[in-house]
Amino acid sequence: MVTSIFLNHERGGKALLSVITLGLFVVPFCNLVISPESIFHIPTFTVTLLGKYLCYALLALALDLVWGYVGILSLGHGAFFALGGYAMGMYLMRQIGSRGVYGHPVLPDFMVFLNWDELPWYWYGFNHFWFAVLMVLLVPGFLAFVFGWLAFRSRVSGVYFAIITQALTYALMLAFFRNEMGFGGNNGLTDFKDLLGANLQSDGTRVALFSTSALALVAGYFLCRYIVTSRLGLVLVAIRDAEDRTRFLGYRVDYYKLWIFTLSAIMAGVAGALYVPQVGIINPNEFQPLNSIELVVWVAVGGRGTLYGAALGAGIVNYAKSTFTTLLPEVWLFVLGGLFVLVTVALPKGLAGIVGRIKSLQHG
Amino acid sequence: MRLPASFLMEHGVKRLASIELRRTYSICQVFALFLLGAMTIPADEVVAQSLTDALESLIAADSYPEKQAVAEVISSIDDPRALSALEALLEGRLYTTRGDQSLVIAESVGRGYQIRDFLTDEDLGRVGRRDVARISVNNSLRGVLRQLLATSGLEHDDPRQRRSAVIEIGQSEDLSMIEVLQARRDRESNAAVLRAIDVAEATLKLDSDDTEERLASIVAVSGIVNGYIRTKLTRLSVNENIDPITRQAALDALENIEDKVANYEIVKTVFFGLSLGSILVLAAIGLSVTFGIMGVINMAHGELIMLGAYTTYVVQQVFPNLIDYSLFIALPLAFAVSGLMGVFIERTIIRLLYGRPLETLLATFGVSLILQQSVRSIFTPLNRAVSTPSWMSGSLEIVSGLEITLNRLFILGFSIFVFVILLFVLRRTRFGLQMRAVTQNRQMAKAMGIRTNRVDTLTFGLGAGIAGVAGVALSQLTNVGPNLGQAYIVDSFLVVVFGGVGNIWGTLVSGLTLGVANKLIEPAVGAIMAKIFVLVFIIIFIQRRPRGLFPQKGRAAEA
Repeated sequence: MVTSIFLNHERGGKALLSVITLGLFVVPFCNLVISPESIFHIPTFTVTLLGKYLCYALLALALDLVWGYVGILSLGHGAFFALGGYAMGMYLMRQIGSRGVYGHPVLPDFMVFLNWDELPWYWYGFNHFWFAVLMVLLVPGFLAFVFGWLAFRSRVSGVYFAIITQALTYALMLAFFRNEMGFGGNNGLTDFKDLLGANLQSDGTRVALFSTSALALVAGYFLCRYIVTSRLGLVLVAIRDAEDRTRFLGYRVDYYKLWIFTLSAIMAGVAGALYVPQVGIINPNEFQPLNSIELVVWVAVGGRGTLYGAALGAGIVNYAKSTFTTLLPEVWLFVLGGLFVLVTVALPKGLAGIVGRIKSLQHG
Repeated sequence: MRLPASFLMEHGVKRLASIELRRTYSICQVFALFLLGAMTIPADEVVAQSLTDALESLIAADSYPEKQAVAEVISSIDDPRALSALEALLEGRLYTTRGDQSLVIAESVGRGYQIRDFLTDEDLGRVGRRDVARISVNNSLRGVLRQLLATSGLEHDDPRQRRSAVIEIGQSEDLSMIEVLQARRDRESNAAVLRAIDVAEATLKLDSDDTEERLASIVAVSGIVNGYIRTKLTRLSVNENIDPITRQAALDALENIEDKVANYEIVKTVFFGLSLGSILVLAAIGLSVTFGIMGVINMAHGELIMLGAYTTYVVQQVFPNLIDYSLFIALPLAFAVSGLMGVFIERTIIRLLYGRPLETLLATFGVSLILQQSVRSIFTPLNRAVSTPSWMSGSLEIVSGLEITLNRLFILGFSIFVFVILLFVLRRTRFGLQMRAVTQNRQMAKAMGIRTNRVDTLTFGLGAGIAGVAGVALSQLTNVGPNLGQAYIVDSFLVVVFGGVGNIWGTLVSGLTLGVANKLIEPAVGAIMAKIFVLVFIIIFIQRRPRGLFPQKGRAAEA
């Protein structure tokens, strides 16, 4: 079987896939079939929350591919996530049609509010789902391609790359905050009604979104796994560990970096596109440099360069975040800050590293 | 609409500046009063005596020429109340009571008057319309009073007060004042007041009927940026009853003024740009030590700045009476607080991560979150108000129409001062020498007996301490809150990278350049777009020249 090739000696990956597959069956069943009174019933709120974590996991996977395997630390991956989200948000905005507060047949509410007469040209086509999906892939991909092409060609790497990606997401945040940009300014895009004709508030749609996210994560995992176990993956690791040597061996290092960076940005965009219909809003805060750095922590906590660890880290850190911000909101930043310090100083390989250490102890 | 912190900061700053202007005004007043008080105290008895006498004769006077004579006597009396008596008389607020014929100030309230004793300022309550009688004035007496009031301002001991009196006369449209001004000119010694007199005379003569005189005055005022003169000239230039030559001259003069205004705008923009640049330099200069020289990515740098700003706040809370000296107390304290925090971070975290820059970045980011949340827990998430010392508030008028705010000027100077000190420490002290030795070749430095670990700690402490000092300065310009540091972190890294890592001159040049560039673009595209343009420019620039404006050359660059 194909999967067995991919998952050779990869217990963590197997475990992750098993849990997701199990979730794919159990969650819809427990939400839709089991009656709300039963203790086995999973409320729709939880389904959406889990769906959100799955999107984060896909995003973490995308970052792990570039950071864990090629050694490119991007502090702007949140920007690709948000761009994918905005593309999906624009489709959902157009789907509202005349059901908005102002009842305009074409213009979204915020444009009516700004006294705009017609749709800006970049909003054309977003009434078609296929076009929106195309944009979800193309916009982050194109930005990453251009940005990466400029950066890798002139060998901007390491810390410098990290800093300019941070500047990129910061600049995008400032731009999207402007009302004149035509993306809803500070409020962003919200009040979505339906997706492909299905009501976004209904349980069925929520479960479908959850399942799509799970499938996207599985597909993303297979894709990344395929890449890192292939010959290409070996070159990537070579670039990470000794860039100059790889270059001297005749590999076009900048091309490898560029394609992986672009692919990773597209994955982040897909994660964003799945995230937006579930949370029901996209605003410029998603571009905040802090978000992108937090994302790096998910990967670091889970274990950099393991793929499954990144997904695991995204789930654990976000679960902790949900718990702390509801129970002890003041403590959350202490915990997050502490995690940053602890993981980098004491656990350079993250949680996956602990698992590995225990295993090697058992084997004696 | 909610806006990014940096944008709010700019606007908050503008608001603060206007408050400061108002504050200066009141401080000037207090100062003037103080001076007056000092002068009047010894002669108080005598003066009061003669003022009372003069006022009594004013009440007794029953013809206008007599009142005029008394008014002249009153104006020569050295007492602030003398002038206010004349003012009240001019405005028709001076009354006598029916009964004991005492002098009162009356305000019309409903059907009666609210009266106050003039000399003692005691509130005498309300009286009916028939209980008081106004001390009447006619037009010629009004003219004399106006002249007396204006002239007495001219005799003030403070040249600034004299100057404002002159400016006021210039705008009185009263041609008879020209003689008064000319009389003053003969006795005046202060250059600024003399210039003001020339301008005021020319301004008055704009209304003259004599064509020659008017033409000469138009030429005289043609280079002066002043709203009143502009209106006057505009009116002349469109007045159909005036000969075309004069009208043309007025138009030319207006154009001249517009040109000057445009030039002043450029000067102002450049100044604001330098000011923004100096803020960037202050924020980045500590980083150019830790990141540029040591190669440590310290994401908590912004929070070290924030600690400095909060130190200023605490100092002002602890010594509320010493606001004027608070910055001098806060500077060493902030250096110590942030510096010690830096030493602590270096000893506990960064030391473990040397040679792993990306991990350092993440760990210090964690530290920054912890520091932010600590400040939020201790001082609440609200912004704290830090007062500006009086010597830093207000603005400096370079020429008429061109003013720059003092606090920005001081901070520009301060950032250059910090830069020079840092340069001195790096180039001329033993510690600086060791620091450079360790950066260039750690092993060799160690072999020469330098305790490299200690140098690392101290260098990081120095960078952190400078961040704290920057925080003291920034507390004068922006809101002091838990997010203060975050607003600067992206900018300051870009400044250091743009200038060339490891080159503190590069940091200075790049900070000032980016500041000026930002302000030059701003009028065309707006504040936020200007910032975006600058960010995009830097991103592209770094990709073209990854080592910044002034790259390090030689072996050090390879390390």
